[in-house]
Amino acid sequence: MNTSGSSVSVLRRLRGANNEGVLALILIGLVLAMSAANPAFFTLPTMFAIVRSSIVPLIFALGVLIVIISGGIDVSFAAIAVFAAYTTVRFSTSITDPGLIGAFALALLVGAGLGLVNGAVIARFKLPTLIVTLGTQGIFKGALLTYIGSRYIADLPGSMAAVSTTNVVEISVDGRDAYLHVMAVPALLLCLAVAWMLRRTMFGRGIYAIGGDQEAARRAGFRVVRIQVLMYVLVGMLAAVGGMAYQIMGRSSSPQELVGGELDIIAAVVLGGASIFGGRGSVLGTTLGVLVVQVIGNSLILAGVPSAWQRAAVGGLLIVGVGVQALAAKKSGRRVHTNVDDPAPEPEPEAEREREGARA
Amino acid sequence: MSSPSSEDSPVAALQVRDVVKTYGGVAALQGVSLDLYPGEVHCLAGENGCGKSTLIKIISGAEKPDSGQIVVDDIVHHAMDTTAAIKSGIQVIYQDFSLFPNLTVAENIALTAAVAERKRLYSRRASRPAAQAIVDELGLDLDLDADVESLSVADKQLTAICRALVHEARVIIMDEPTTALTHTEVSRLFSLVERMRARGVALMFVSHKLDEVLAVSQRVTILRSGRHVLTADAADLDPASITRHMTGHDVDDARAVSVLPHDAPVVLEVEGLGLPGAFRDISFTLREGEILGVTGLLGSGRTEIAESLFGVLPAARGTVRVRGERVRLRSIDDAIAAGIGYVPEDRLSQGLFLEKSIADNMIAGSLDSHRTRWRTLDSSRVRQTIQQLFDRLRIKAPNVGASVRSLSGGNAQRVVIAKWLANRPRVLMLNGPTVGVDVGSKQEILDILRAEAAAGMSIMVISDDAPELVSSCHRVLVIRQGRLVHILEGQEIDVTTIQERMAA
Repeated sequence: MNTSGSSVSVLRRLRGANNEGVLALILIGLVLAMSAANPAFFTLPTMFAIVRSSIVPLIFALGVLIVIISGGIDVSFAAIAVFAAYTTVRFSTSITDPGLIGAFALALLVGAGLGLVNGAVIARFKLPTLIVTLGTQGIFKGALLTYIGSRYIADLPGSMAAVSTTNVVEISVDGRDAYLHVMAVPALLLCLAVAWMLRRTMFGRGIYAIGGDQEAARRAGFRVVRIQVLMYVLVGMLAAVGGMAYQIMGRSSSPQELVGGELDIIAAVVLGGASIFGGRGSVLGTTLGVLVVQVIGNSLILAGVPSAWQRAAVGGLLIVGVGVQALAAKKSGRRVHTNVDDPAPEPEPEAEREREGARA
Repeated sequence: MSSPSSEDSPVAALQVRDVVKTYGGVAALQGVSLDLYPGEVHCLAGENGCGKSTLIKIISGAEKPDSGQIVVDDIVHHAMDTTAAIKSGIQVIYQDFSLFPNLTVAENIALTAAVAERKRLYSRRASRPAAQAIVDELGLDLDLDADVESLSVADKQLTAICRALVHEARVIIMDEPTTALTHTEVSRLFSLVERMRARGVALMFVSHKLDEVLAVSQRVTILRSGRHVLTADAADLDPASITRHMTGHDVDDARAVSVLPHDAPVVLEVEGLGLPGAFRDISFTLREGEILGVTGLLGSGRTEIAESLFGVLPAARGTVRVRGERVRLRSIDDAIAAGIGYVPEDRLSQGLFLEKSIADNMIAGSLDSHRTRWRTLDSSRVRQTIQQLFDRLRIKAPNVGASVRSLSGGNAQRVVIAKWLANRPRVLMLNGPTVGVDVGSKQEILDILRAEAAAGMSIMVISDDAPELVSSCHRVLVIRQGRLVHILEGQEIDVTTIQERMAA
């Protein structure tokens, strides 16, 4: 009993609280399958390209993860990102270039302000998050186009443009150069910071508690309104960083970008094991989810699938992710509860197997 | 009580003084006072809607009183807030436990204390020893790493108790702590209560179950319609006198079952019913006009048997005959077609549309039988059925348009029963028909069941409330570990026999 118990717990740990282990296996399987089908896939440049394409979605996904853990859903992050980043570029090009740090500070400030709007409305009036953020998405985008500008800016201010071409790793393999963009560093740091925040701070545990049962959180003494407002401010700031990274890596700024791509991010987070019912999710799972979505997208390109179908593939992934959760919830809800150990098991082998299955 | 510190009048851990609370002109509490001493179990009793829940909410800081005071440690609070209450050592264990289903047992135990201390950082590893210590001290067998949502109701309650104690609670208020527990779990809880009492904790129980109230508490306070009726030593009270004070009149819970005619036809015949992992080889019959009790501990399979007969958990083997005809029960539709109705255990989530009106809820299960020949709803017949049931079940509501959420537990239960009566099933199964219902309503619900049985319906009552089974059932099936171990009849049916056979 003891040995089987410990092996079960090792399995449980490998699998992860949110099926991170399963997701890692899927990712490895995908990479191996693609490498077998197309030798060009399993090369350092391709890997770096996938990492590069994951940077912006990953930063956005961190924000979405936090909101989903708290039991909400945020569709306004892309609007916040483009608002904050475009405003910063516009300010830097038309008034004065505040330098890289100044630019990021400005973007963070704008992101925090817009996040505050979300948080205040949601926490104060206890409204459904999807509807509120859908509304603010429209408001932010409209305000951006009306008051800040609608023009495409082809040249970033000098401080940002300098970062655009900076790589953190440059390796030459078999005559092919592989580059890893410098923005991978802040993305990684943000992952670590958010993971630490969620696991090791009372603020982070409060987000899980609210996602588990908001009323219970209130009764336990968590300051629910404060946590929610702060959380949306933080998520707004994450979105702003994502928007800046997007423009830096794209070497241009346009107010028409990003909004409309929310589905990919939400799909990645849900696929990464965050529960749409709230209270569950991890940074590791989200990271894996983002990578899986990117690898699948990359594979489809390599396989020559028209890009229109990639949207369909992401939509399919979202349904699969949510479907798996719903099935799991249904299965555990339907489980027959008998807390009595059977003294004399029935002889039918079929019944035995069923009981074993229920125990596992 | 200025500062009584002599030995014969110890300092109260909590005093409630003249608390008044009104909701939109309706007085929920009218000047209620209460003292709670360390090391005592104080029971707060009263019918649904008498103001018990409001009083708890005021003590815990979830609601603010219109006037009155709450005194803890000689500090007078005109209104509590949740954090102040927790800091003063007041812990409420709500009926729904207010745990976080997505977090582990250890974290649920540790988190509230960390919140109250206004900590900023959290460490899973550092919070574990405190949780482990309290679990060990109480001698419990709880898996600290399990997610709370995977626990049984009893274990969830134990988690909630540990959580209250880890924060050095001096006053613990438990709202309906035994409702969801079985006989053995209740006695385990009570021995735990004794241990907490020995630590000098003041406990307040809110309960409907009078025999339990008297078994565990030293003093009893009874509320009726927001007023304080009396506070007395439990030794001076008996169930009949408590009931009298709660309801204002006498309630009879003696055995009252009709005599079944010898030739009453068999309506339901179950033979060799089995479902791996739940129950096996269950055979019994149910006659017309009979009320059959099905009892057993939680997890004994009593609920699963009913769910099998209702097609929710289709049985793997065995046969079921309704009026001699063999029926297949693979789905709920099959069961309804066979004339079987089921009022589930958790009626709020499974049996009612809370936001809808009483009328809509009543008719929801029988729309098919209220059609005109053009397949549209026959609204005059619908109205007639609704009004008839509303009157027959004596539902206390202004009219049939009131939403079900506004009803008390007893009246909501009547609406669920009405929903099934509208469908005129041959066999009606009710799981815990009076759970969470006060004594007065309980007798009225049992009277309704008796009347329906007398009118020819066959009824199965799934329950572990022994007095209720004794009072209403012709026969009682005792289920133990998934097997039908006894069929009690006539004189054999009494409270002690049922409880012994259930647990043996």
